[in-house]
Amino acid sequence: MSAPFVDKLEGLEDLHPADKWLRTDMLPHIWCPGCGLGIVLNAYIKAVEKAQIPREKRVVVSGIGCSGRAAGYLNQDSYHTTHGRSIAFATGIKIARPDLNVAVISGDGDLFAIGGNHFIHAARRNMDLKVICVNNFNYGMTGGQGGPTTPIGAKTTTTPYGGFEHPFNLPWLAATCGAVYVARWTTLDSRRLRDSIAEALTKKGFAFVEVISPCPIGFGRPNKIGSGLDEMKMYMDKWDLKPPNWIIQEGSNPREADITLGKPIVVGKFVDIDRPTFLDLYWKILPHKEETPLNDVEKKQVAGAKA
Amino acid sequence: MNGDVAAAEGAIAAGCRFFAGYPITPATEVTERMAERLPEVNGRYIQMEDEIGSMAAILGASAAGMKAMTSTSGPGFSLMMENIGLGAMMEIPCVVIDVQRGGPSTGLPTLVAQQDMMQARWGSHGDYALVAYCPNSPQEMFNLAIQAFNTAEKYRIPTLVMADESIGHMTEKVMIPEQGAIHLVGRKKPTVPPEQYVPFRPDADLIPPMALAGEGYSVRMTGLTHDEYGRPAINLDAQTQLVPRLAEKIHKHASEIIKYEELHMDDADVVVVAYGITSRCVRRSVELARKDGVKAGLFRLITAWPFPEKKVKELASQVKAFVVPEINLGQMVLEVERAVAGRVPVRSVTYHGGGMPSPELTYDTVMEVAK
Repeated sequence: MSAPFVDKLEGLEDLHPADKWLRTDMLPHIWCPGCGLGIVLNAYIKAVEKAQIPREKRVVVSGIGCSGRAAGYLNQDSYHTTHGRSIAFATGIKIARPDLNVAVISGDGDLFAIGGNHFIHAARRNMDLKVICVNNFNYGMTGGQGGPTTPIGAKTTTTPYGGFEHPFNLPWLAATCGAVYVARWTTLDSRRLRDSIAEALTKKGFAFVEVISPCPIGFGRPNKIGSGLDEMKMYMDKWDLKPPNWIIQEGSNPREADITLGKPIVVGKFVDIDRPTFLDLYWKILPHKEETPLNDVEKKQVAGAKA
Repeated sequence: MNGDVAAAEGAIAAGCRFFAGYPITPATEVTERMAERLPEVNGRYIQMEDEIGSMAAILGASAAGMKAMTSTSGPGFSLMMENIGLGAMMEIPCVVIDVQRGGPSTGLPTLVAQQDMMQARWGSHGDYALVAYCPNSPQEMFNLAIQAFNTAEKYRIPTLVMADESIGHMTEKVMIPEQGAIHLVGRKKPTVPPEQYVPFRPDADLIPPMALAGEGYSVRMTGLTHDEYGRPAINLDAQTQLVPRLAEKIHKHASEIIKYEELHMDDADVVVVAYGITSRCVRRSVELARKDGVKAGLFRLITAWPFPEKKVKELASQVKAFVVPEINLGQMVLEVERAVAGRVPVRSVTYHGGGMPSPELTYDTVMEVAK
């Protein structure tokens, strides 16, 4: 068995610039060729590099599914929890250690079907979490079933005649629940995605970034789309998303951001506001006896909250 | 104070500084007390959106180093099962207080039962072992809340306090000792630097040292079957190495974990095995039987899980019969039967919940088997 921390493989120095951020003993990863998850993981790595968050201050929590595996590949504190519960688990970490930067990387099914309740309440509380949702419109790990984001008309193994439920508009959901930062990008916008995740990571409060990501096996195949790249092209072509129809609209109304076949997918930053976080209000409203010991981070929180 | 409040005070005395809960009768008073008291001791309280979230949040808080607890009753206990399993798998210490009420389903929110005893042992899917205590007074709610934290920390498990509505809502005097007089156990921490730390490599006691989030150890935990490094390992070898250990780390230490109390057991012919509120009710049954010339004794379970199998086996060769009264349709009696293995009769005294069975019910059975 190899050691758990391998920054460099012997004889194969500098395999990839991202290696030092990864648990290389876990590679190769389990994701399919053409999957967008590698791009999202890379964007997170680039974002923490940009935001200069040290390793010992970073925690990543994930749920179940293909995206859930992202946590285990990152060489930092990582918790791969139960299906849908990543936000609740992360809530416990954040409250216990407010000084840590706690991110949740998970999929659309995990965060918005089974985990929807935790998402809306964490956003309502403005819990200081950074939630990155990799939206591939289906449950990939279990073989391509329909879910809460499957567009009307799209085929999956459980919507063989085409999806017939209204899908969630995730940016609107996040915004109405109280998220202070809401953005949507696709895996084609890798640099904007990186910058947006870096912004989210340093934003105080509940920050949400949706990433439209290809799933050539689970979603591409039943819809006869082709490769992962073909899938992204399809979003531009067949869904009439050729630039300039690929709309990047800073500050546009997330209500208009629903994803419908034949309509443009709106990407960009929808929300960037400030609102007291759960812990801000906790320190402000709840009594704290002078004699109880507070650590430096807590002292700062209390001072900030009272100011 | 009542039992629920005593449990909250016991937890705080044990060093619990994180509580995530959701209101549910008859456990709400634990939550209310924690909401009031935790800020006073620089603790953190959060009311979650449901019991699933409460359970997940206490695991997260404990993974980040805080002693953490939640409390609930039947329906909420069912919802917690998923993440109790995660706690067993990730080996995260925490405490769950279940103040049992009548079920199934919504059942009898305000009335007593002891119907979650088997769920406490087998409720989450897969194989694992936990520890479950059965307090029978507000004082014991206080004491066992502390004990539950010590056990959770020592063995890295979710530990359950299986109270019942009567104990939770019973008001009695509770003696709270000086903080210095309370024995506290903390979790085992790694003694090696991060590059040498193997997160799930157990010591000889089968318990691996635990690194916390934010300590620079790059902690890796997963609910998947994992190898010693915490890497997902969906294969036979990893399952063989991991899952038997999760149960064995409790079984191996069963003799130091197990607690029970005996009354009139020295010369007993008929042993009444009881726990929780039932153990108080049937003291009278035992006394009545003694008065009528039957040598009855009371064997009170303080730990339901692990079950004191060896002790009951021993008793089976010394006594003439066992009587097991419970406020359910016969749960812990199955364990007594298993340990007794047919050597002497075991009689179940069942009561469906919603009230206390009369002492006469158990007395009658004791007199019958003594014939």
